[in-house]
Amino acid sequence: MSIRKLTCINCPLGCLLEVTLEEGRVTGVEGNTCPRGKRYAEDEVTCPKRVVTSTLPAGSARVSVKTVPAIPKERIFDVMDVIHGASVTPPVRIGDVIIKNIAGTGSDLVATSEAE
Amino acid sequence: MIYDSIVIGGGVTGCSVARFLSLYDMSVILLEKETELCQGTSKANSGIVHAGHDPKPGTLKAALNVRGNRLLKELERPLGIDMVHNGSLVISFDSDDSKIRELYERGVKNGVADMEILKRDEILALEEAVNPDVTWALHLKSGSLVCPFSLTYAMAENAEANGAVLKTDHRVVSIRRESELYRVITDRGDFLSRCVVNASGIQADVINDMVVPHEFSIVPKRGEYVLLDRSEGTLVRSTIFRLPTEKGKGVLVTPTVHGNLLVGPDSITLSDREDTSTVGAGLEAVMESAVKSVPGLNFRKIITSFAGLRASTPSGDFILNEPAPGFYNAAAIDSPGLTASPAIGEYIAHRISERLKTGKKLSPVLDRRPIPRPALMDMKERNELIGRDDSYGRIICRCEEISEGEIREAVRRGATTLDGVKRRVRAGMGRCQGGFCTPAVMEIIASEKGLSMKDVRKSTKGSEVLV
Amino acid sequence: MRELVIIGGGAAGLAAAISAYDAGIRDIVIIERASRLGGILNQCIHNGFGLHTFREELTGPEYAARFVKEAEKRGIEALTGTTVIDLKPHEVTCVSPSGVSVVQAKAIILAMGCRERPRGALNIPGFRPAGIFSAGTAQRLMNIDGYMVGRRVVILGSGDIGLIMARRLTLEGAKVLAVAEIMTYSGGLRRNIVQCLDDYGIPLLLSHTVTDIGGKARVESVTVAAVDEKRRPIAGTEIKYECDTLLLSVGLLPENELSAKAGLELSPFTGGPVVDDSLSASDGIFACGNVLHVHDLVDYVSEEAAAAGRSAAEYIRGERDGSGYAEVTALHGVRYTVPQRIRLGRKDVRVRFRVTDCFRSASVVVRCGGREIMRIKRPVMSPGEMEGIILRNTVDGPISVEVEE
Repeated sequence: MSIRKLTCINCPLGCLLEVTLEEGRVTGVEGNTCPRGKRYAEDEVTCPKRVVTSTLPAGSARVSVKTVPAIPKERIFDVMDVIHGASVTPPVRIGDVIIKNIAGTGSDLVATSEAE
Repeated sequence: MIYDSIVIGGGVTGCSVARFLSLYDMSVILLEKETELCQGTSKANSGIVHAGHDPKPGTLKAALNVRGNRLLKELERPLGIDMVHNGSLVISFDSDDSKIRELYERGVKNGVADMEILKRDEILALEEAVNPDVTWALHLKSGSLVCPFSLTYAMAENAEANGAVLKTDHRVVSIRRESELYRVITDRGDFLSRCVVNASGIQADVINDMVVPHEFSIVPKRGEYVLLDRSEGTLVRSTIFRLPTEKGKGVLVTPTVHGNLLVGPDSITLSDREDTSTVGAGLEAVMESAVKSVPGLNFRKIITSFAGLRASTPSGDFILNEPAPGFYNAAAIDSPGLTASPAIGEYIAHRISERLKTGKKLSPVLDRRPIPRPALMDMKERNELIGRDDSYGRIICRCEEISEGEIREAVRRGATTLDGVKRRVRAGMGRCQGGFCTPAVMEIIASEKGLSMKDVRKSTKGSEVLV
Repeated sequence: MRELVIIGGGAAGLAAAISAYDAGIRDIVIIERASRLGGILNQCIHNGFGLHTFREELTGPEYAARFVKEAEKRGIEALTGTTVIDLKPHEVTCVSPSGVSVVQAKAIILAMGCRERPRGALNIPGFRPAGIFSAGTAQRLMNIDGYMVGRRVVILGSGDIGLIMARRLTLEGAKVLAVAEIMTYSGGLRRNIVQCLDDYGIPLLLSHTVTDIGGKARVESVTVAAVDEKRRPIAGTEIKYECDTLLLSVGLLPENELSAKAGLELSPFTGGPVVDDSLSASDGIFACGNVLHVHDLVDYVSEEAAAAGRSAAEYIRGERDGSGYAEVTALHGVRYTVPQRIRLGRKDVRVRFRVTDCFRSASVVVRCGGREIMRIKRPVMSPGEMEGIILRNTVDGPISVEVEE
């Protein structure tokens, strides 16, 4: 059994959460004031996910990009490595998939701005 | 080639010397160690054109201050120098007027015109923000404001227009006498000349010692200032001085040419010659002292603080001499050096012309077109300018309302760095201190100079903005 | 004479234009100084925008693009590359590469946004080397232009932009050594502290400030020290970081130079114009978004701007009512309120405010003419997060808002 302490990010309250883990499974969450806190704690200790955003060259301009959906937190720098070597040929539209299944995460890298 | 004159130092003194030399029929080259002109003591000072009441009668400072004051007013229009004629007040809180009268009489001896002694009510009628405890003041109507950068660049550009060569990024490492000539050796090549002018500010003793035995030491003093937003620029109209003490003219409160309010300086003797860092405690003392003169100062409106250096010597007067034939010192130019600079230039140029027996050019260029300032134009004039060049309609620096056209022109006139642009056209000088316009100004420098963005610098070597 | 001129085409200006259009105004022009619409959102490439407005998490450019598209759909005119240089009631003067022009308007909405507090205002001692950036400038250079501003970085100030940039720099290969915050709490959102600092092991040093900057040409070191309750550095606590860059994220200031030119009354607490419940600052001039007061969520900017657009539409149609105002006073624990006055007889008025300190389980108490009309318990309030309440009662006397602990 292990206990992990987290600060809930759902609202300004910032509850201090104590998550009890047994063999990698969440068996208890304490300190939360609402159900969102419990859900956050469970996700955050078992499979924390993050949306990674960055930019890529697109011809003479740049486009901004994000991962859809969020990727496992521990894969952030693998995804960044791929982004650093990538570029795209304009035109680019918001929502265009630029790299499918980026770094094998199952998430796509999607344009969030446009380039002509 | 053999030059007639080499001027070492591209501050206001060196540029003034070069400008007055360039009016003569001679070849002139100016060597500056930094990437831009106006980087040393000329850069950060009070920007005051002193009337001339302060220097001890009979000194070089007294004579050249008063002469410089007049020359500046003569040159203001033809050279397009940014000046404001606002007058100065030296205020006293003494019960009697003896010290103010002493100053008045000193002014008379120095040849200062347009002075009057004011009583409390007259002072407050003129400047209502002055501390009502004030008792007496000396009103110096010939006191003015000048933008040190504008003056330095005006001199430099007019010198260039008259054939002078300006070289930045040239640091003088040694000087050798070769028969009748001087070989000035820089980190980027040698220059031969009949005469050399040492206008190297804080380094003036070092340069002097390259030619003749040590005869004076520069003891740099640092003065710290705070600059307030233009919203505060009308708190006082005149430059408000306190009665002078042994330490100098004390903390002043003054509007600037560009409508900000400037408060400072303190005076600290330095061990590191180029230490222009600001120190928290010094600034607090400056602000405390200023509040005594003008209680309504709002220090929440500070947009920047800075420190300037003064190239002082213990003797206290300017050093203008010729310790070796054809080698001239224009050294120890501390306050009122900015005011005196044209007079120093005139004086040294005259001495050199006598030595070389050179006459004036037949038709020297006597005026200079300043960089257009659309924000100060009326609508018709501004539209005509934008009609000729639409980049004057693209605002880059929103705080000071500076257009792309002005920034391009600054770069074409020699600015190669962010600071060089800022000092020529004030882009980045305003309340956001370059927060918004820095990337755009960098792009303009890069495109005009054919540089990559990564090579654009803030100021000196090693100050690249990007990594 | 145009019906409505909107100064600024960022989040606030776009939302104001769209809502004014939807309230029946057709003759609208947005004046934007940049070459494209969207404002600062274009450089905020991180996600977290639009949870309130669109119920989904968008990045800044996506959020802006949705509003731009809505404005385009309505055919709203936008003059980009055009800077307003003077403002008077019913008249703006602007300059662009096609010249100076004067535009007359029945109503004007101010939506110029804010700017970052520069280093100079902080009086940090030391030289003026390269490598000192406000966080927003660094953000622009990195996210729009694709440049790198530093390799080893210290950040002063834990505002959201500073936190976001700590992560951004780390992702691009820089080492962020520390974030120093002079206050005892961070001004940034908790989510940003967790996801921008904690995720990457970047220390947040509360009650610390920068006491020295080393380096003459480029930043070579930054010294950080702990501060006492009066925010003065404590000798002996200095930590010197070898680094090449200092980022400043020390606050935002509404950009009201034009408002001052127009003679509008500015609040010393918000830095923005004093407005009534219709967000009107004076006859025919309305204000919204960060020019009015600095917001922490763009969703609130859009909401406020939409209200300003509706108010301007009412004004243009001559439907504005009300005679006399009730002042709104910020009492204990409340730094400011927006609006600062309410037209007598109004009800359902939204009042936004910020508190002066961190409060836990405190109550917000509103009085009208001395009579308590509202009491809301809040488990936690902090100066970094804007609060909002809606006054359901009809306003018939002076209003006060305070925190009861």
